Amino acid sequence: MGSKKKTSFLSQIPAKAWMVLSVITAFLLWIVIASTEAGGVIFAEPWEVFGKLVSKLQDGTLWPHIYISLFRVIVGFLCGFVASIPIAFLMGWYAPVRNLVAPWIQFVRNIPPLAYIPLVIAGAGVGEKAKIIVIFIASFLVLVVTIYQGVCNVDVTLIKAARVLGATDKDIFFKVVIPASTPFILVGARLGLSTSLTTLVAAELTGASKGLGMMIQKAQGYYDMATVLMGILIIGIIGLTFEQIVRFLERKLTGWQETM
Amino acid sequence: MAGDNVKVKIDNVVKKYNTRKGEMIALNGVNLEIKENEFICVVGPSGCGKSTLLNIIAGLLEPTSGQVLVDGKPVEGPGPERGVVFQQYALFPWLTVLKNVEFGLKLKGVTGEQATAEAMKYLKMVQLEQFANSYPKELSGGMKQRVAIARAYAVNPEVLLMDEPFGALDAQTRTQLQSELLVTWEQEKKTCFFITHDVDEAIILAQKVIIMSARPGRIKEIVDINIPYPRTQETKMSPEFLELKNYIWSQVYQEYLEVRK
Repeated sequence: MGSKKKTSFLSQIPAKAWMVLSVITAFLLWIVIASTEAGGVIFAEPWEVFGKLVSKLQDGTLWPHIYISLFRVIVGFLCGFVASIPIAFLMGWYAPVRNLVAPWIQFVRNIPPLAYIPLVIAGAGVGEKAKIIVIFIASFLVLVVTIYQGVCNVDVTLIKAARVLGATDKDIFFKVVIPASTPFILVGARLGLSTSLTTLVAAELTGASKGLGMMIQKAQGYYDMATVLMGILIIGIIGLTFEQIVRFLERKLTGWQETM
Repeated sequence: MAGDNVKVKIDNVVKKYNTRKGEMIALNGVNLEIKENEFICVVGPSGCGKSTLLNIIAGLLEPTSGQVLVDGKPVEGPGPERGVVFQQYALFPWLTVLKNVEFGLKLKGVTGEQATAEAMKYLKMVQLEQFANSYPKELSGGMKQRVAIARAYAVNPEVLLMDEPFGALDAQTRTQLQSELLVTWEQEKKTCFFITHDVDEAIILAQKVIIMSARPGRIKEIVDINIPYPRTQETKMSPEFLELKNYIWSQVYQEYLEVRK
């Protein structure tokens, strides 16, 4: 009883400090690897990448790549999001829809989007439409599967409770099923966004005049590893930003959830 | 105490389920008349069809044959004149306590300040007005069930159906809520159909205790509880209470042995 609980030194370090430590360690590792002969071939040094970033920002050649990539991801994802919600809810509520649609979703879901890019290009050309369609398909599938899970998981007692209080089918849909599925919709959004980003790069590698994937591809041709690394880091930062946005929405919209 | 009008008439209700093992008879011809403002408790072993019967009265399940009449009109689906309190509370977790209680009012077309005032009245009744803006996750089990009772009362149902509402609560909270429910019922009379496992709970609350037989479920016996209201926890010590408890318990136990066979 008399012995004090030992608080270890490591557990007292705040999360923010860990974050800083983690970034510094990664940088040091990067510098060390880049300075070796084998590592130097792949990794440009940090200041070289940083220099590239500054010069590309100054001459204005970087922004168009970022804009067009973000445009493709956001439009493709939003189309997928808007389309997936009614389909997922219809699947959850009507057995015929579920039986007709579910097997195909399961089938297409396991095919990497890269495989059907040629088909999409043949149908929609090499322009924006094709890239947006590919991102749309990829994010739609992830969203539908996740939101459908959510609709299936709505507590039946809540539906009964609403019904005995006088709710119609429409009330139950808008006032019970949608709010109860919101956590799943947000998980779907997070997964869908990261899938969209993955697919974006794949789609851009197959040919585009602009875009981050394209920029990386082109730099590879000139053996410009600094630009390749910069492109990778920018995509990573975009991914983190999306994640933070969804987290923010989760805190705002699903704070009511019981936490274990 | 109860009126003489028959409020709910259960007329030869049969419910069969198709299971993998074949047909299962949950209710085998149940007949019962519940008078206006009467408090009825139903006891019986697990699987005797108590909840099935409640769901049929609520309109959430359809009987295979027979019917339930409320004020002489056959039940076709759920309706706000029959409120239900579930064992699992069934509060909407994304709504505050106040919004939960307002839910049914808004469906009835009561809006804005009027809905809030009405909901607050029932939250005061269950002594939770200071938790109006809390979310269900911030409440204890007993508090959640009080909110559920307020929510059921708020739409002013004539019949209150309660499916083991205190079954998930600890003994102390359970006795407290029993007393509160009695006070509420005496203030604002409703026809109550209350399912429980707990014989003590049935006797302290009800004017009549219905004992159901093991599967297939039927009404085995109706025991009148002639202990005058207001009843308190001390009532549980009285000789008449203990005598009834002994009798009902032995009847339920027989049915329980049937189930084990």
